[in-house]
Amino acid sequence: MIVDYDAGNLRSVQRACREVGLDAVISADAEEVRRAERIIFPGVGAAGSAMQSLRATGIAGALTDAYRAGTPILGICLGLQISLDHSEENDTETLGLVPGSVRRFRLTDPALKIPHMGWNAVDVVRRHPVLADVQPGDEFYFVHAYFPSPANRGHVLAEADYEGRFCCALGRNNYIATQFHPEKSGRVGLALLKRFAEWDGHA
Amino acid sequence: MLSKRVIACLDVRDGHLAKSVRFVDTKNIGDPVAKAREYYEDGLDELVFYDITASSERRRIILDVVEAVAAEVFIPLSVGGGVRSVQDATDLRLAGAEKINVNSAAVRRPALIAECADAIGSQNVVLSMDIRQVTPDQRHPSGYEVVIDGGRTPMGMDALAWTRQGERLGAGELVVNSIDADGTRQGYELNLTRKISEAVRIPVIASGGAGLPAHLFDVLTEGKADAALVASMVHYGDYTVSGLKSYLHGRGVKVRMSW
Repeated sequence: MIVDYDAGNLRSVQRACREVGLDAVISADAEEVRRAERIIFPGVGAAGSAMQSLRATGIAGALTDAYRAGTPILGICLGLQISLDHSEENDTETLGLVPGSVRRFRLTDPALKIPHMGWNAVDVVRRHPVLADVQPGDEFYFVHAYFPSPANRGHVLAEADYEGRFCCALGRNNYIATQFHPEKSGRVGLALLKRFAEWDGHA
Repeated sequence: MLSKRVIACLDVRDGHLAKSVRFVDTKNIGDPVAKAREYYEDGLDELVFYDITASSERRRIILDVVEAVAAEVFIPLSVGGGVRSVQDATDLRLAGAEKINVNSAAVRRPALIAECADAIGSQNVVLSMDIRQVTPDQRHPSGYEVVIDGGRTPMGMDALAWTRQGERLGAGELVVNSIDADGTRQGYELNLTRKISEAVRIPVIASGGAGLPAHLFDVLTEGKADAALVASMVHYGDYTVSGLKSYLHGRGVKVRMSW
């Protein structure tokens, strides 16, 4: 199922899931999150209002329960950022599924634009079943002004470069998340979603 | 580093590709979905639909097209043409558009940019501008003016000033379309594109005038654009998306080469 917490366009994720044979329902119900066989946690927008909405609906607690129960979970973009402990955006306490924080890009080159928007190469630095098809040089579509900084180097699965390398995919146990948008990244993105659809939650 | 993007623009009228565009591949004539799919499979980085439907049924028609394309094409999809309200923008987003282009309506009522940015996020609001060169004067110190309604109506506004205002109001990206270069196939307006790119910190998409692969190279380097928009170059079958990208790659421009 795809978690609906009023944070962006979920139907593009649903369409991409359908394309790889994953029949995903969109739901905003905390109990359904707890019972889901597999969860995609997408989102665009600001961390502050997203956390407010997640707490108000009880989905924050449900996601944490599902994580503890071993449900395979895929976070995308803001969904990734909300999984760490803290975000600089609106100075927000977030879910804490993965230790670390989310910081804003501070770039010195005036020619580099914020948000980091467009296609960029993703280098896998730690093997993971969901990233198994990502080849060196494969590019994914990004749109973000903040990036994750996990406290534990072992949770970093992939990096990209934007005036320095930053973590663009992270994972811990049955949770994996990407800063980029697999649903907008063509064939390589669909391949990632297909791997997630088949993943048993063991890294 | 980000790759430079190659973006194709398809004009859609009454749910079909506009007649002004001739296609060599007969099986694709008139079908925006098939054409979009073809470009997507050939490595296109982003797709823009421009709705030029005049009828009162326009909204339903373009929503159907967007929905059909979004079910098959998994790259960012941008839609413009007649977006006048937040409701127009959110309807298109729900149908599957990632980004919404605003143009004439934003010139008439600049607050539309801020309203759309609040509703769908700055990064999804593209300010599309039709710009013409003029003799520099007090109202147009940059020597470029904004025109609307498909280039028919000059607005007495300086293009560079409008660009900066658009960024301040929350536009996440700019399309710089040169009315002078459009349709000439003589190359993008490099001076204009560079001026605007240097004036803002949001990405700039160059539009109008592409006829040769070298024109894309020029605007992505000298013109400092982040993306180059092509239309007739690929629609007429003279060039392919993958061919253009290979050419740029061969000349040292970073573009996405695996898809």
